[in-house]
Amino acid sequence: MDKNNKELRLMKGNEALAESAIRAGIQAYFGYPITPQSEILEYFTKELPGRGGVVLQAESELAAINMVYGAAGAGARVMTSSSSPGISLMQEGISYIASAQLPCLIVNVNRGGPGLGTIQPSQGDYMQAVKGGGHGDYHLIVLAPASVQEMADFVFDAFRLAEKYRNPAMILADGALGQMMEKVIMPEEGSLEKIEKSWPTTGKTSYRERNIITSLYIEPEKMEGINIELQKKYKKMQDEVRFEKIETDDAEILLAAFGLAARICQKSIEIAREKGIKVGLIRPITLYPYPYNEIAKLADKVESVIVVEMNAGQMVEDVKLAVNGKCPVEFTGRMGGMISSPDEVVAKIEEVSNKLSLINK
Amino acid sequence: MQEENKLNGFELVYKKPSTLTEMPFHYCPGCGHGIIHKILMEVIEETKIQDTTIGVAPVGCSVFAYNYMNIDMQEAAHGRASAVATGIKRVLPDKYVFSYQGDGDLAAIGTAETIHTVNRGENILMIFVNNAIYGMTGGQMAPTTLLGQVTSTTPYGRDLKAAGYPLKITELLAQLPGAYYVTRQSINSSNAVRKLKKSISRSFEYQKLNRGTCFIEVVSNCPSGWKMTPVESLKWMEENMFPYYPLGDLKVPQN
Repeated sequence: MDKNNKELRLMKGNEALAESAIRAGIQAYFGYPITPQSEILEYFTKELPGRGGVVLQAESELAAINMVYGAAGAGARVMTSSSSPGISLMQEGISYIASAQLPCLIVNVNRGGPGLGTIQPSQGDYMQAVKGGGHGDYHLIVLAPASVQEMADFVFDAFRLAEKYRNPAMILADGALGQMMEKVIMPEEGSLEKIEKSWPTTGKTSYRERNIITSLYIEPEKMEGINIELQKKYKKMQDEVRFEKIETDDAEILLAAFGLAARICQKSIEIAREKGIKVGLIRPITLYPYPYNEIAKLADKVESVIVVEMNAGQMVEDVKLAVNGKCPVEFTGRMGGMISSPDEVVAKIEEVSNKLSLINK
Repeated sequence: MQEENKLNGFELVYKKPSTLTEMPFHYCPGCGHGIIHKILMEVIEETKIQDTTIGVAPVGCSVFAYNYMNIDMQEAAHGRASAVATGIKRVLPDKYVFSYQGDGDLAAIGTAETIHTVNRGENILMIFVNNAIYGMTGGQMAPTTLLGQVTSTTPYGRDLKAAGYPLKITELLAQLPGAYYVTRQSINSSNAVRKLKKSISRSFEYQKLNRGTCFIEVVSNCPSGWKMTPVESLKWMEENMFPYYPLGDLKVPQN
């Protein structure tokens, strides 16, 4: 297989993501099998050793994330992946990685929860991904793909941002995006620049002071200093907000959805518009930083916002923060591995539309 | 060579290795950690591997090991030092990597990582300081606390029915084919310290061969946690710890 051919390929989301990561020049992958993302580990075990990287099936997600810590601290471009219960196990390590400011990529192919839950697709880990997840004041950079193409592309974006800000990045996908096959054009191998790092533990030479990777600052004044530094960084990251708008120019009702839910919304918009309802969509691509400003601007123009998610409405409060009372914010969605059909979303749109026309009469 | 051993006309019999920083140890008087840190750093200085060695510190009394060791180091989460060391070694296979852990870190919360690191035969040195107590948190029961031993969470002595047996994790690890060199040493005498130093030296030599994990248990003391004077603690260690954790090699390279 020509590694740099740009022809269209038909690939599973999980495999496209793994192939893209190899092209992004990852030096190591540490992971543990869990449905619905085991293809990522499988792909790496087959491909990565022959293409210049290390792959290790760890004894647990706990071990895997701490191997990521070690390798990232040693300066390597490194990643792990898991699904919801496994990501929960990793939270301790993720908090340490955020505090020690180590760039790396964590992929969560979200499945239904809580608990052992189900292996079906879900967006139930939104809060965990964007609000911190582990202990302490920190944020991940969170990217939410909505297609197999974006599963591939966002690996490059995630590493670029992670290394720019010395911060862990997460790709928050779901079981459907991981498992479904779509056409995809692979990013070019070697096109992701390597940046010089002065901080990794590679062996203390006589030319420099020793490098320490730690998250421990026992004096609270110092720990507060680290926190202030982190908060400054998170503020700077707000420049990296990404979103997509679909048919918002004339929209009276705005859908807000990310990932797979946004794909479903696109179909719902088609159906609703055929019925004469002017609906548009805002799709946050970065879930952290979040496009509050853009949603606020749209809230000035629309009469109502409907948040559509594959969870109990975890993003609703972010949308409400952005809308700031300018118009009603409604929610529709399904939980526990169930996915709303386009028609179910249309039914909600019609319900809201009817409410609005009653008010406007 | 001659000049190095003279200082203002006097014979120089000891100096602090350059691989230790100027930071004074925070360890309690009589604690074994200071000795173990020092000889580990002596080996690194003498074998001239300061620029190619990366250490991993644990959570526990030696959590600040990186403040004293003048080498590149990473501070791991509780119990995960060997996983962190694995991550480092896998991306820097030509560097020397060691982990430094206590009994709670290595043999309780980190047992899975410990066993699987050795089972994979990760080409690192694991140093395991066993003082049979959680010193940092104030003297609670450790996995290696002896039966009948009084700690703050075994106020009537460790009870077999309630807490099970003291874990001989080093014996367990010696069974694994991934282990290349497994030994149990101590710091109770200058002779013991010399032997320990030799074990550390050998382990770094072995790491060059890429044949598996080197594991050194150091049976050590905790005067504060044991509520003893340093001298009493050494005596208690010899009389109580050594019979249960006998010193010596458990696995030596076969060739």
